[in-house]
Amino acid sequence: MPIELKHVTYTYMPQTPFERVALQDVSLTIEEGSFTAIAGHTGSGKSTLVQHLNGILQPTSGQVLVDGTDLAARGKAALAARRKVGMVFQYPEHQLFEETVALDIAFGPKNLELPEAEIEQRVRQAMEFVHLDYETYKDRSPFQLSGGQMRRAAIAGVIALQPKYLVLDEPTAGLDPRGREDLLQRIVQLHKKEKITIVFVSHNMDDIARTADRVVFMDQGKVLLDEAPAKAFFAEKEIAQAGLAAPQMVTLLTKLREKGLAVDPAAFTMEDGVAHIMKALREAKSC
Amino acid sequence: MLTDITIGQYFPGDSVLHRMDPRVKIVLLFFFIVGIFIFDTRGAYAVMSVFTLLLMLLSHVPLRMMARSVKPLWWILAFTFLVHLCSTPGEIFARVWIFDFTYTGFWQGFFVCLRLVLLILLSSLLTFTTSPLALTDALESLLRPLKRFGVPAHELAMMMTIALRFVPTLIEETDKIIKAQQSRGSDFSSGNLMKRVKSLIPILVPLFISAFRRADELAMAMEARCYRGGVGRTQMKALQIGGVDYLALAVTLVFAAVLGALKVVGV
Repeated sequence: MPIELKHVTYTYMPQTPFERVALQDVSLTIEEGSFTAIAGHTGSGKSTLVQHLNGILQPTSGQVLVDGTDLAARGKAALAARRKVGMVFQYPEHQLFEETVALDIAFGPKNLELPEAEIEQRVRQAMEFVHLDYETYKDRSPFQLSGGQMRRAAIAGVIALQPKYLVLDEPTAGLDPRGREDLLQRIVQLHKKEKITIVFVSHNMDDIARTADRVVFMDQGKVLLDEAPAKAFFAEKEIAQAGLAAPQMVTLLTKLREKGLAVDPAAFTMEDGVAHIMKALREAKSC
Repeated sequence: MLTDITIGQYFPGDSVLHRMDPRVKIVLLFFFIVGIFIFDTRGAYAVMSVFTLLLMLLSHVPLRMMARSVKPLWWILAFTFLVHLCSTPGEIFARVWIFDFTYTGFWQGFFVCLRLVLLILLSSLLTFTTSPLALTDALESLLRPLKRFGVPAHELAMMMTIALRFVPTLIEETDKIIKAQQSRGSDFSSGNLMKRVKSLIPILVPLFISAFRRADELAMAMEARCYRGGVGRTQMKALQIGGVDYLALAVTLVFAAVLGALKVVGV
């Protein structure tokens, strides 16, 4: 079952001079098992959009259904539906508060009122998943960790809830290249191994190129484009309108092609790109 | 939602009141407030009410928002009115249990309440039409003569400016932290008092940490820009008294003259 947004409109501070429509009639379906990237310029409404996915924001008009349950409803069914969606906010390390890493990660499972043994089990799993060694880090204060480790500890806090859908709002912002690389790989692993449906918000098209199987561009509170990456990265007009830039590899290959190298520009990762270029070069030499 | 709160209650606009110099507004407000207490005849109340109403219309602030600023004082007004109504000696028109309701009491209560409402409306007119930053600028400028007696005018104003600047930032931050902890299943609205207080810890700890971090960053940024207090510091948008302000002054003088005349005649 998917997450469905039906004609969602959201207005900040309605009926005041500060009124601002952040989302305008957005309809979107996030299929189970997909890896959806939401891209857009600052202020395009992407963060507002994802906050609807677990009921933190309620649409001004429209509906959000998780596995067929309306999040706006009261009662246990809606609460259970909300809990299926894990949410990692921008700079999640700013929400760490406990004395030790393990306690902080256990905060979510504790709120679910799980038995102690299960909580410990989940904390252990979550920490291993984000590559924080359980024995080494469980008793450390989260405030002694490095930036990248803090980020991973905070994400572990959400993973420990074992959500069916995981929403990440710019998870790599402010990380160094290695931390970024590491985190992206962890997320891809979550998607592949644990079969968690991922919604990934970013304006870094290179990150999107390497991970997503579906790309949504947002602009001024509306869905501008909703396509597979192979199509989305070549939609020059929409990319420009959304204030984004095509992935570097796509740009490079397109330029090479313009210069006369017979290369297929549909490669999004470094490895694919290199392979394509090598192949084209070899072919060019042999004839 | 938390971010839906407006700070101060500044209502952006371009009315005559908005364009006035904030210093003039503060000083005139002071005189109006004094006036409300000096002139206590029925005629004076009528003139002042009409005048306040005119100012409200002139400000282009929706009356609905104006009414909202009086709302929190509803209970105080009702209580004051009742106390006056049944504790003033005079001609009795009704009696409930041991309380005597008198005509004199009724009018006295009415005028005390009117006075309070006028006070609130006039002062909220100031905050409605003046941005918090303009207000602190004006305060600094008005306090400057007191520097000779050791009042740190600039520092006070700077502190107020920074505090005001950070209120929305911290509200946004709080909002974000609350949302994040809610996403981790915390519940702030159920359980007994102890449990609720405890549920605030996951919000307060990150909030304090971020406030300290921001304070630290701000101090560093100010120092990097060679800030060292108010000595020799000039302003990009210096306050200037202009035509509108002289006009306001003239209107106020006429208004005061009318009230004075009413007082002498005794209406």
